[in-house]
Amino acid sequence: MKPAHQTMLLNVMLLAGVMGLFVTSLMWGETRIMFSHALADLLAGRHTAGAIIVERLRLPRTLLAILVGGTLGLSGAVLQGYLRNPLADPGILGVSGGAALGAVSVFYTGLMQVSIAALPLGGLTGALCAAAVLMGLVGRGGTLVLLLAGAALSSFAAALTTLVLNLVPSPYASFEIMHWLMGSLTDRTFTHVWICLPGVVCGTLLMLSSGRALDALTLGEDVAASLGFQLHGPRGVQTRIVLGAALAVGSCVAVSGAIGFVGLVVPHLLRPLVGFQPSRLLLPSFLGGSLLLLLADMVVRLVAVGPELQLGVLTALVGAPVFFARVIMLKRTVS
Amino acid sequence: MILLQAREVSLRRGDRAVVSAASLTLAKGRVIGLIGPNGAGKSTFMRLLTGLETPDRGDVRLLDRDMGQIPLVLRARQLAFIPQDGAPPPPMPVRALVALGRLPHGQAGDHAIRHAAVDHALDVTGLQDLCARPASHLSGGERARMNLARALATDTPVILADEPIAALDPAHALSMMHLFRQQAGQGKGIVVVLHDLVLATRFCDELVLMDDGAIIRHGPATQVLDDDIMRTVYGVTVRRVAGAVLPWSLCR
Repeated sequence: MKPAHQTMLLNVMLLAGVMGLFVTSLMWGETRIMFSHALADLLAGRHTAGAIIVERLRLPRTLLAILVGGTLGLSGAVLQGYLRNPLADPGILGVSGGAALGAVSVFYTGLMQVSIAALPLGGLTGALCAAAVLMGLVGRGGTLVLLLAGAALSSFAAALTTLVLNLVPSPYASFEIMHWLMGSLTDRTFTHVWICLPGVVCGTLLMLSSGRALDALTLGEDVAASLGFQLHGPRGVQTRIVLGAALAVGSCVAVSGAIGFVGLVVPHLLRPLVGFQPSRLLLPSFLGGSLLLLLADMVVRLVAVGPELQLGVLTALVGAPVFFARVIMLKRTVS
Repeated sequence: MILLQAREVSLRRGDRAVVSAASLTLAKGRVIGLIGPNGAGKSTFMRLLTGLETPDRGDVRLLDRDMGQIPLVLRARQLAFIPQDGAPPPPMPVRALVALGRLPHGQAGDHAIRHAAVDHALDVTGLQDLCARPASHLSGGERARMNLARALATDTPVILADEPIAALDPAHALSMMHLFRQQAGQGKGIVVVLHDLVLATRFCDELVLMDDGAIIRHGPATQVLDDDIMRTVYGVTVRRVAGAVLPWSLCR
């Protein structure tokens, strides 16, 4: 089968999976409803309990799972391609840390009592500030400067977040902050969707525009430049990738908290299926990330015993064994 | 017809002049060998010729246009570059990597993979049999041929190669030099950085000898290389030994 057909088939299968889980996610939940009736009521504008549950609880949560999972998967694929490092993940830029710090500051200052939008807006502000600092630090520097700047920013944001946790007067607030940092889509509304959507759309478009440059970069920066790609500067590939990933990931972390391993694991699993070509990996990684997070969120909702398992905890619990398996496979291949 | 011309180009890094007033003219159908000891400034001069770096002084002209004024994509359609230490290739099939040479022409994916120029490049470099193999499984010699095939797939009038035979055994090095000569015979202009003076003498129309950032001599091999230059530039003495397996040897 031709590589393009193979990738198309993979995309179709992943899309079918996402659509199937989208519908399943709307149908299933803690409260049992007649989905067909709820959908009919929703479409007819009748405010029945089923329609309200689907519209206000399950639909925004499901849409966020698609957006957040997709963004994390795509960002992971783009950053791994750009840095030519399979261990790169969206957290490497430090923007997730900035978003977490922004959100934690909202907890600390009590601003979240003012509006439901205060927390995600705080996270978004933190992410945008971190992205601005990152872009300023990196300038026309190359990938090494980007990695160092991201590590510095990430460490500094983590230190400040710990400081806030240290200074917070109430143990309940500490618990809330810790809970939020674990990542979750519980109790998210359309307000959260609207807050993260612009950043996700702009960031995704910027990242998707870099596919051919990522292919060229597999041959090294000098060859990519000699093939006609402007790597640095305001309109360069690095700016598009860093800005795109920062906008999209920052917007997602602002509404969902930190959800690890999706950006790392999904491109890893899909890369052999697209012939290792970075440009072919982008769309499958978005769909694969969506699929994984939808699945994880449904597991969190449906297998809940006692306090609901946080989404970030589950993705880490699933993601880490996948890496263990990869290590064992790699050792077998080498031997 | 002049394809590429560097006129008195200079580049400083801090207080150090890395390239000093270097000039070079590459005509159609010619192979120029850029030679000199390590640290002579060959690779930096090559980057200036490629447009990867901009000279502090002087200018580089590609097909009679100032290099800095040519849009990057148009430049990529006229000049292909094979760097000194290419990044280790990913496990992509060889054909897919060679097809990346079509990117400057706006061709990607299956359209590029099926392009006649890619097939031609694979034929010329003898890689057709390996085209489905993951590039990460290639030997050093095969990788060197793949890099050349990628450059040929772009189908540019100028090819610049920085030490393309550095890691190759004599048979593969000879084969690569034959390929460069063959491409020049078809009208391309080639500048190649070499350390193997025997191959440089045999396959290049002209040698450009650099030392300490400056061009010391240029012209046919017979005018550039002599015992005196080997001693002063390379720091070795040429000793001709009658009856030995090789009729000469180099010693310090």
